[in-house]
Amino acid sequence: MKWLPRHLDTVGEALLQHLYLVIVSVGIALVISLVVGIWSARRPKTFTTVVIVTGVLFAIPSLALFALFIPVLGIGAAPAITGLALYSLMILIRNIGLGFQSIPADVMEAAHGMGYGAFRRLWEVELPIAMPYIVGGVRIATVTVIGIATVAAYINAGGLGAIIFQGIDQRFPEKIIVGGLLTAALALSADYLLSMLEKRLRQRSGRSGK
Amino acid sequence: MIVIEAFQWIAENQSAFFSAFDRHLLMCFISLGIALVIALPLGFKVARSPRAAFAAINIAGGLRTIPSLAILAAAMPILGIGLWPSVIALIVLAVPPLLLNTVIGIREIDTSVLDAATGMGMGKRDILWQIELPLAVPSIIAGIRTSAIQVIGGAALASFIGGGGLGDFINAGIALMNMPRLLVGALPIAMLAIFAEIFFGWLERRLTNRR
Repeated sequence: MKWLPRHLDTVGEALLQHLYLVIVSVGIALVISLVVGIWSARRPKTFTTVVIVTGVLFAIPSLALFALFIPVLGIGAAPAITGLALYSLMILIRNIGLGFQSIPADVMEAAHGMGYGAFRRLWEVELPIAMPYIVGGVRIATVTVIGIATVAAYINAGGLGAIIFQGIDQRFPEKIIVGGLLTAALALSADYLLSMLEKRLRQRSGRSGK
Repeated sequence: MIVIEAFQWIAENQSAFFSAFDRHLLMCFISLGIALVIALPLGFKVARSPRAAFAAINIAGGLRTIPSLAILAAAMPILGIGLWPSVIALIVLAVPPLLLNTVIGIREIDTSVLDAATGMGMGKRDILWQIELPLAVPSIIAGIRTSAIQVIGGAALASFIGGGGLGDFINAGIALMNMPRLLVGALPIAMLAIFAEIFFGWLERRLTNRR
């Protein structure tokens, strides 16, 4: 360990870049998938199609997906964020759809009977009930995207992957290990924080869940 | 259209394309095969002991958070560059999902089924081959599906450590900013992964429905 103590600022900067890529792409995906997820959850046939299509798209390897965007978007942060958002989108839509499908029909009818309009019912009844599922989806998407974002460094998006690629080019094992382990640590802590949040939301909604 | 140019390039450079394609497939098959040989027996051994299963699930879960790029890159200082370092890194990628799904598949078998089998006088070996393995197969196939996708994507990254394969075309495409060349690598990799996802998904559903 000689390189790390002398380059803490470089590593810190890469870590922040990595977080930026992850937060922006998961954030964009969350907004889109809330709309698509809520819309498709009520239509079982559409939802099945959405699940199958997103499952298939999710199988596309990250390097290939980023490469497919380069002819259209060039290299840099734009294609990286687009690719990462697409991966989170596939995870989030499925989870949000399942969350809304988990709402019992009598709850919906009760809200209707109390004179709630569609929007008020969505905001005050459905969203709170589906919230643990939504956070669960955000958790899986965040952990997945933290790992995939390392590859995004290859198309000049920066982040912790840039340190790994430098390590490969310079035959410098310490950089590879520092980059890899920091990414894993980031993923593990994000997983821990979001799972705590998910647990709390489940307890508050009175359902222990899985 | 760059897609057409990509196909033209493939048509003109068939031997280069197919040797990279074969290399990609070879890396995937060898590493998945070896990973199966490691993960299945280990999973069966570990599943019946709660402590060992707990340890295995957590170690495998932890390994999965290390990005595949880092696992491939880490193989280089230890094993050098070329085909074998890539294959070994891909095995490291493929084992955790296989192990997780094997252990989960066995642990989810109803204990009354096992009691009935013991009551009928079946020995450990019979129970393993005739009860546990068939009942765990759908879950194991789900594990193979996840591993196969990981390995196909990981093999695309193998190009960075001299493993060859279709990733070479993506590398060359980005280095030369030659978009058709980039697609010569990216499209077949995407198609291989999609094919694996659809095939194993189908197999998984078939085997689950039979029960």
